[in-house]
Amino acid sequence: MTDEILLPTASPRKMAYDRFVSHRAAVVSVFVLAILVLFVALSPLTARYGVNESVQAPPNSFLPPRANAWLGTDDIGRDLYSRLIYGVRVSLVIGLFSAIISVTIGCLVGAVAGFRGGRFDDIIMRVTDLFLAFPFLVTLLVMRNMLGAIGWLRPVIGELSSVRFIIVLFAIFGWMGVARIVRGQVLALKEREFIEAARAVGATRWYIVRKHLLPNSVGPIMVALTFSVVSAIIGESTLAFFGYGPQAGAGATSLGILVGQAKGAVNTGFWWLAVFPCLVLVTIALAINFIGDALRDATDPRMQKDS
Amino acid sequence: MLRYVIRRLAWAVPTLLFVTFLVYIALRIGTNPVESYKRINPRATPAKIQQYIDVNGLDPNYVRGYFRWLFNFVTLDWPRSIKGSREVWPQLKDALANTLRLGSAAVVVGVTFGLLLGVYAALQPGGRRDVSVNTAAFVGISIPPYVSAIILQLVFAVYWSRWFGSTLFPTSGVYPPGQEGFNLGLMAKHMVLPTVVVAIQIIAVYARYMRSSLLDVLSSEYMRTARSKGISERRVLFKHGLRNALIPVVTIAALDVGSIVGGLIITENIFSYPGMGKYFLSAFGEGDFPLLMPWMVIIVTSVLLFNLIADISYAWLDPRIRLD
Amino acid sequence: MSNPILQVRDLRVTFHTPNGPLVAVRGTDMDVHPGEMVGVVGESGSGKSVSFLAAMGLLPKTATVAGSVVLDGHQLVGASAKELRSIRGRLMSMIFQDPLSALNPVHRIGAQIAEMLRAHSKMSERAARSRAVELLEIVGIPQPGDRALQYPHEFSGGMRQRVVIAMAIANSPKVLIADEPTTALDVTVQAQILEVIQRVQSQFGTAVVLITHDLGVVARVCERVNVMYAGRIVERASVNDIFEAPTHPYTRGLLASLPQAGVERLVPIAGFPPNMLRPPAGCAFRARCSHAIATCAESVPELTVIGKSESACIRATELMKTS
Repeated sequence: MTDEILLPTASPRKMAYDRFVSHRAAVVSVFVLAILVLFVALSPLTARYGVNESVQAPPNSFLPPRANAWLGTDDIGRDLYSRLIYGVRVSLVIGLFSAIISVTIGCLVGAVAGFRGGRFDDIIMRVTDLFLAFPFLVTLLVMRNMLGAIGWLRPVIGELSSVRFIIVLFAIFGWMGVARIVRGQVLALKEREFIEAARAVGATRWYIVRKHLLPNSVGPIMVALTFSVVSAIIGESTLAFFGYGPQAGAGATSLGILVGQAKGAVNTGFWWLAVFPCLVLVTIALAINFIGDALRDATDPRMQKDS
Repeated sequence: MLRYVIRRLAWAVPTLLFVTFLVYIALRIGTNPVESYKRINPRATPAKIQQYIDVNGLDPNYVRGYFRWLFNFVTLDWPRSIKGSREVWPQLKDALANTLRLGSAAVVVGVTFGLLLGVYAALQPGGRRDVSVNTAAFVGISIPPYVSAIILQLVFAVYWSRWFGSTLFPTSGVYPPGQEGFNLGLMAKHMVLPTVVVAIQIIAVYARYMRSSLLDVLSSEYMRTARSKGISERRVLFKHGLRNALIPVVTIAALDVGSIVGGLIITENIFSYPGMGKYFLSAFGEGDFPLLMPWMVIIVTSVLLFNLIADISYAWLDPRIRLD
Repeated sequence: MSNPILQVRDLRVTFHTPNGPLVAVRGTDMDVHPGEMVGVVGESGSGKSVSFLAAMGLLPKTATVAGSVVLDGHQLVGASAKELRSIRGRLMSMIFQDPLSALNPVHRIGAQIAEMLRAHSKMSERAARSRAVELLEIVGIPQPGDRALQYPHEFSGGMRQRVVIAMAIANSPKVLIADEPTTALDVTVQAQILEVIQRVQSQFGTAVVLITHDLGVVARVCERVNVMYAGRIVERASVNDIFEAPTHPYTRGLLASLPQAGVERLVPIAGFPPNMLRPPAGCAFRARCSHAIATCAESVPELTVIGKSESACIRATELMKTS
């Protein structure tokens, strides 16, 4: 008597996972990034030289790729390959940490703004709107100098040229975009009946935010996280390009600094100094973007609505 | 609708003042104008220093200083640059003109092609052309503009002349060095590469926007109603599909245009294009307050103006927005 | 009875999904005569909306339509896009469940109605606009001249649905398909809309196919009723006979599950609708039917005449005798 009555259903998490996995580019990106992160994390082992070490005795500058320097050397004879590894490590740290901080702040502000509405929401929206409307680099540079000049902040956020400072800078920049995304999501969820139901059984606002709104916003939040990482990494490289990037001392470098040197390399024909850093940067950006895009598709609430 | 416009206009002026005030504070804290002046002019007398402070509104009291600066600004009594006391406006004017040329060319080309590509892709979602447009756009937004700029420079400045013996597209400046007077052809040639670099980004972004917006609209119920009326497919597409899909895109475009004046810094730098970007970088690097403030005012005005235009056009295009 | 204006024969609609072919409509026959109001009742997934979307050619490309649908002499299945366009809005119109999303939010109401008129006639813009105002008056919109210049979001739900009706009958179509026109509306407004539909029907002589899951709506306005389940019509009768002497266990189950005054416990139909990706063999209802016997699994039952109704239950006659 019992035919197969029900369609085999899957949990939302499994559906999202399946959808993500169907984006081949994103899956490839995950592998590529994983390999990269592994390489970078094991850096003392994977790098061939120290970050400030010359490959050989002079003449050692501007050597094209060769056996003892796989990707060539820079202006003072340092191995580009090793420096790239160390540089990427710094940039990834900057990207990850600033993204985590900005997403945390953004979630809190966005959730409260969306949930409470009213004047708070209005003001936050107006402010972030305006801030985000200005040319990115201009605001970045002005804010950088301003923050760096405030003496009493220095113990907290570090020197102007430190990695910590850059992380804080991008965190301050990034939370606004995240707040808007989270606010949008909360606004959409607020009207759904399960929220009303929770209210009807006496849940406090904080409880609703914690247990209902935020878990249901995991999708957009993860997407916001990936895009924050990417924009911080690219932002850092933009700053470094103009010489405003992190100077972590003793020849330490970041991906941005290495890409910045590419500009000089163009005219002089030392193509490896331009091509390899740019390639790495673009690969990382592409990979993270693919993942973010696939995440967005996988967690799109529209797809989860039944017909 | 008219009331909405008037209300927004009324808010515009106080906002402008407030934002320039914030900028004023930020620049004072961040670039330390007095120190910069002293650094560039080590032999300045105390009297000259004081004059610099007065003329730029650098009072210890920020509010009073701001109003003093504001007064000088609107009465067109602009202080001169800290380097060699050059006048601000001639420099600013040229920089602005150059950037406006580059910016408008890039925006026109970029938005037009971007929208066309987006529509092209959305009409056959999931199909081959959709996938290729989407991927291309994706790669386009993942490559930071200076990377594509550097690559183009490499190709055209270094290798092209090496392979072909002559330079096809120049990679720096507005004119070749030594050019006097106005020459449209030369100017256009110099603008090609920077425009392409900026346009690539714009095309990528707008192709995706348009595609996503159009796909949204195409799956709406009212599209089904429109078809059930038996009107021509072309009319369905234009009057119902595109008309609705363009609304969010136009608004975003207005905002982007507003920030383009200060948004080409990287590209201008790489191609040594003497626009607002180069002006800003050198002024900022030196902490040249008298050069920086007017520049900022232009940027802020542009952003706020186009913010206003974006809001108004959104309300005009979408009747649901015309609240109160 | 005059010749049917709409004749459906052996209609089959298959959706090609990533999980395999899904047969939403499995061979239905139906006649609609000019000027009559026919109800099509069924739950979600029974194929009632899909049947008529298929007839209008409004299904996505992933759907294949087979069979025959003849409207006023025109064969709709397999018709060219051009032919379908000429028929839609002129000979046959459709109104949908949610009037807010059915109307384009950025065009004025009058313009949207005028568009319908000008799509199938050579009216000038001005003439179309003024005819639009007349149509608004017919469906009972107060101050039609002013309201024609307004946007959909400025109307209440009931008013919007009237606008949608006005738009649908603008070209005096022979058949109007109303797909759940009252489901999204308040109960009081529902009655008004049904009344508007009836008025329009008598004024324009339009045949109306009223698709709904609400038996109350059917009882109010329909003359004949088709009951659909799992992509097939399982019972067809006059509205009185459906309520007083249902011949199919599913219909009986539906009626029994309606809340009634004085009856304490609700009696739902046990079980769930079948998975249309793998339709069950034989009668699709047998898993939930308390009268099912072994023969029910052998073949898909056809509609057979039982008295004045038609029923797709092989035990209909014997069950009638015992009830």
